[in-house]
Amino acid sequence: MRSKLFLGATAAFAVLAAGSVILPDWAMFLCAMALAKGLVCLGIVGMMRGGVVSFGQGLYYCIGAYTATLVANSFGVSDIFLLTLLSALACLLVGMAFGPLLSSYRGIFFAMLSLALSMVLYGSLSKMSVIGGTDGLNIAAPTFLGWAPEGRPLQTALYIYVVAIVVIAGTLMRIYFDSEQGLITLATRDNELRVEYLGASVRNIMTYNYVFGAVLGGIGGTIAALALGHVDPEFAFWTTSGEFVFVAILAGYLSVPAVFVAAIILELVRSFSNLYFPNTWQLALGIFLLVVIVLLPNGLGSLVGRRKGNAA
Amino acid sequence: MDLVATILVDGLIYAGWLFIVSVGLTLVFGVLNILNIAHGSLYAIGAYASASLVGAYFAAGGQAFPYGSYVALILAAVLVALVLGPLLERGLLRFFYGRDEVLNVLVTYAVFLILEDVMKLIWGVNPYFVYEPYTLLGDVEIGPLFYVGYDFAVIAAAIVVGLAVWLTLNRTRIGKVVLAVIHDSEMSQTMGVNVQRIYLGAFMAGTFLAALGGALTAPMISVTPGLGVNVIIVAFAVVIIGGLGSVPGAAIGALLVGISRAASVHLLPEAELFIIYFVMAIVLLFRPEGLFAKTQVRKI
Amino acid sequence: MMKPRIGGALAAMTLAAGMAGPVAAADDTFKIGVITFLSGQAAESFGVPAWNGGKLLVDMLNEGGRLPAPYDQQGFGGMNIEVVVVDEAGGATKQVQEFRNLVQREEVDAVVGYVSSGDCLAVPPVADELKAFTILYDCGTPRVFEDGSYDYVFRTAAHATMDNVSLARYLKSRNFDVPSFAGLNQDYAWGQDSWADFTGAMTQLYPDAEVKTALFPKFGAGQYGTEISALLRENPALVHSSNWGGDLQGFLIQATARGLHERAQLALAAGDHVIPQLQDKMPDGIFLGARGVNGLAAQARGGELKELTDTMWEAYEAEYGTFPVQAPFRMWQALFGLKTAVEKAMAENGGTKPTSEELAAAMKGLSWDAPSGHIEMALADGHQAIQPNAIGTTKWNADAGKMELVDVEYYDARCVNPPEGIKSQDWLAQGFPGAQCD
Repeated sequence: MRSKLFLGATAAFAVLAAGSVILPDWAMFLCAMALAKGLVCLGIVGMMRGGVVSFGQGLYYCIGAYTATLVANSFGVSDIFLLTLLSALACLLVGMAFGPLLSSYRGIFFAMLSLALSMVLYGSLSKMSVIGGTDGLNIAAPTFLGWAPEGRPLQTALYIYVVAIVVIAGTLMRIYFDSEQGLITLATRDNELRVEYLGASVRNIMTYNYVFGAVLGGIGGTIAALALGHVDPEFAFWTTSGEFVFVAILAGYLSVPAVFVAAIILELVRSFSNLYFPNTWQLALGIFLLVVIVLLPNGLGSLVGRRKGNAA
Repeated sequence: MDLVATILVDGLIYAGWLFIVSVGLTLVFGVLNILNIAHGSLYAIGAYASASLVGAYFAAGGQAFPYGSYVALILAAVLVALVLGPLLERGLLRFFYGRDEVLNVLVTYAVFLILEDVMKLIWGVNPYFVYEPYTLLGDVEIGPLFYVGYDFAVIAAAIVVGLAVWLTLNRTRIGKVVLAVIHDSEMSQTMGVNVQRIYLGAFMAGTFLAALGGALTAPMISVTPGLGVNVIIVAFAVVIIGGLGSVPGAAIGALLVGISRAASVHLLPEAELFIIYFVMAIVLLFRPEGLFAKTQVRKI
Repeated sequence: MMKPRIGGALAAMTLAAGMAGPVAAADDTFKIGVITFLSGQAAESFGVPAWNGGKLLVDMLNEGGRLPAPYDQQGFGGMNIEVVVVDEAGGATKQVQEFRNLVQREEVDAVVGYVSSGDCLAVPPVADELKAFTILYDCGTPRVFEDGSYDYVFRTAAHATMDNVSLARYLKSRNFDVPSFAGLNQDYAWGQDSWADFTGAMTQLYPDAEVKTALFPKFGAGQYGTEISALLRENPALVHSSNWGGDLQGFLIQATARGLHERAQLALAAGDHVIPQLQDKMPDGIFLGARGVNGLAAQARGGELKELTDTMWEAYEAEYGTFPVQAPFRMWQALFGLKTAVEKAMAENGGTKPTSEELAAAMKGLSWDAPSGHIEMALADGHQAIQPNAIGTTKWNADAGKMELVDVEYYDARCVNPPEGIKSQDWLAQGFPGAQCD
């Protein structure tokens, strides 16, 4: 099983990395952004396996992005590895603070409370004109261990970086999903009380999943900020979080790669509908969402996953 | 007039409006178990419909009896409910009953996106105005301040709506049936209740209330695209504070938010943006399921 | 694990998408990417009227010969103008992606766009990275060129500092007594910055005026009852607001119903664009600006730009049944500037379609005439425009059934804009050094 997983991961890396050669500039950028957002969604999928969905993952996406930007702008740090690490750390701390609190909430209340938290961050950032208020801040292009590429090499380097992180994070999450903890999470989804009676702590599991989601959100936010070169409070707005949830639902909780495929599909649909239907792109996007929800109730993952038995 | 009284009056006016826009949301959630993001769009459509209808009323010589415009306002909300209620509930939502709550939120989010553009296709991007009903009721002078009579009409409307919903639910046969469906729809069905019809009725009532909120707001604003998005979040907050599915909860939530917001504007304007989330966070910390949550049966 | 299979599908999918991209415009067409609000609240006030004006001008140019000199040449230097329009709604993140798509997938020759200041801050670094010639046509924040410098990015409209400085100067020049004032502005960067600029200018011109309260209702709030109560209670002599669109209309409807305009002077930094909708519901005696000599102020100005202004004004009225307000004027000044730059570059390179580098060189420090006055790229090393401004007072003409602007004061661009080399906040704090008012 393990060796098969690593083989799969290596193959995924090879295929994705090949994109840096074949893809045109705009598509490579689009994929890099989609993969960065996919990381955030992977965190939501982790929680979804336990039966809760965070409607406020923008909180960590935003904290990650702002941590990287503020550190880069105040201390002149531009190394992408260091920035990612620092943002992940910041999100880890915040996640550990809120995780235990949120772990006793379920369903719509978990969704709404997490949404409220991210909206509070949105409101606070909008008020702070020192750091740009609603207009946000710019962040310079990253360097890679001292190497400072420009133009296409920069985009390629960023893309390879996000691909590497996606493959590593995806593999680790898969290992976690298949671990004892991960399987208990899945059991929680079916029946929480039964899991409690069996002696496992559901609250602890929920906290773990939440903290993993926080860290992934922070990493995704950092990469997105570096790729875009700009952050603003919109990163924490509810529509941003809603989009992450949509990707997670589109992917389903069965398959890890499906999350990233779903993220790329959404970006493509949005980008093309925006161009071809500038006046009715929301309509097009809405119809697309409905079609997906109707046709694939368990997400893309159910198309290829072998765990169809679980999908009840 | 002293500050406390001003805050109370302002808070009450805002709370009346909040209650009307959020009570439909809580009703729909209570019965259908769907948290309807498209509630905001229905509100906006109500505003557009009333602007069109009241405009048509005055164009057809309504000046002779301007008070008829209030009938047109309410008629607009009824029309929206009659057209969109069945369309959305029968045409879409019924396929998602019993599914994951969060998935249903996404379904209504898709509806929200679609309706945003549909509104633009129907009404364009230019604003609509119907001030006549707003100024018709004259001024009310309280101390040194002027209020518009219409503001107090909104409070009255909120009270009427609240009482009507509460009495229907608790004092009529149909209301008891609805409560039974809220409590356990499967059991109700086996007892011979036409659950489908209750769902449709509840959704139409929710649509009517959303549209009524928009219709009553239309005279004091300019009706433009993007109207709905701002309403959703405040309505959500009110409903969450009060407890999802609870009508008295929505009333208390609206009062809490309305008065704390008014206090913030008068005393600490910088905090206005947060006040609603602040109230929500405090309430949820102590009452995780809101002030008046329905008790949930946990299945083992 | 299904990774390879999905990965393969993914690669195929993105490749297919890549192939679908259209080809670059031919040499006899100049392709512009236009980004402006087509949905959301800014659509009605800015995005749609701006693009209505833009579309009209592009059609007139493509037809040729419909405009007075120097704009009588067909298209841009004889090239037909082709346009791709993208909706600006959706935030800066989306706009950066769309910008890349426009440049790299649609291969436009120039990008003209952005109403939102957030978008104007986010896009320039990418424009420079892609070496894509970009015109910011509308957004207000001075931060774009005060906090950064770009080779390929130009803003053809003055930044927002001018709006509020002009408003304060108008009060002073009309000897309006301001013992106290208050503000009601939208709670986001635009409203916050406008209030900061206005209080900054007032500190210089009315050092003794007391600030009663600064209200910041949520963007898109719609309900101003509580705020109006607070303003009535505080009873300031003047109420400043930079609100726009539905927020401004809602505020005016509710404020006039409660008599706020009778107790305090209303001063609206960007208020002209709600006149066509509100008509006589807009009270008389409001001081308002249009972010430049735009709309009614441009029509009332006359002078040597009268022919150009009237041509555009009449064409717009004939096409859309309403008169043009500030947004189309800013779109026009951007497109006239672009036309001038393209033709200047073509005169230098022998008449072929100019590259981004040639365009940027031509645009730098350029000056040209537009219906809104003489535009000069005078700031930020030739990348930021200054333009004249005007403030007037509303007066309903019941006989003609239309709103007029009376007591209009025109301000020279160098009177209300900071000079090169000083940030606008410092300029305000130091008491307008270098301002040339006559």
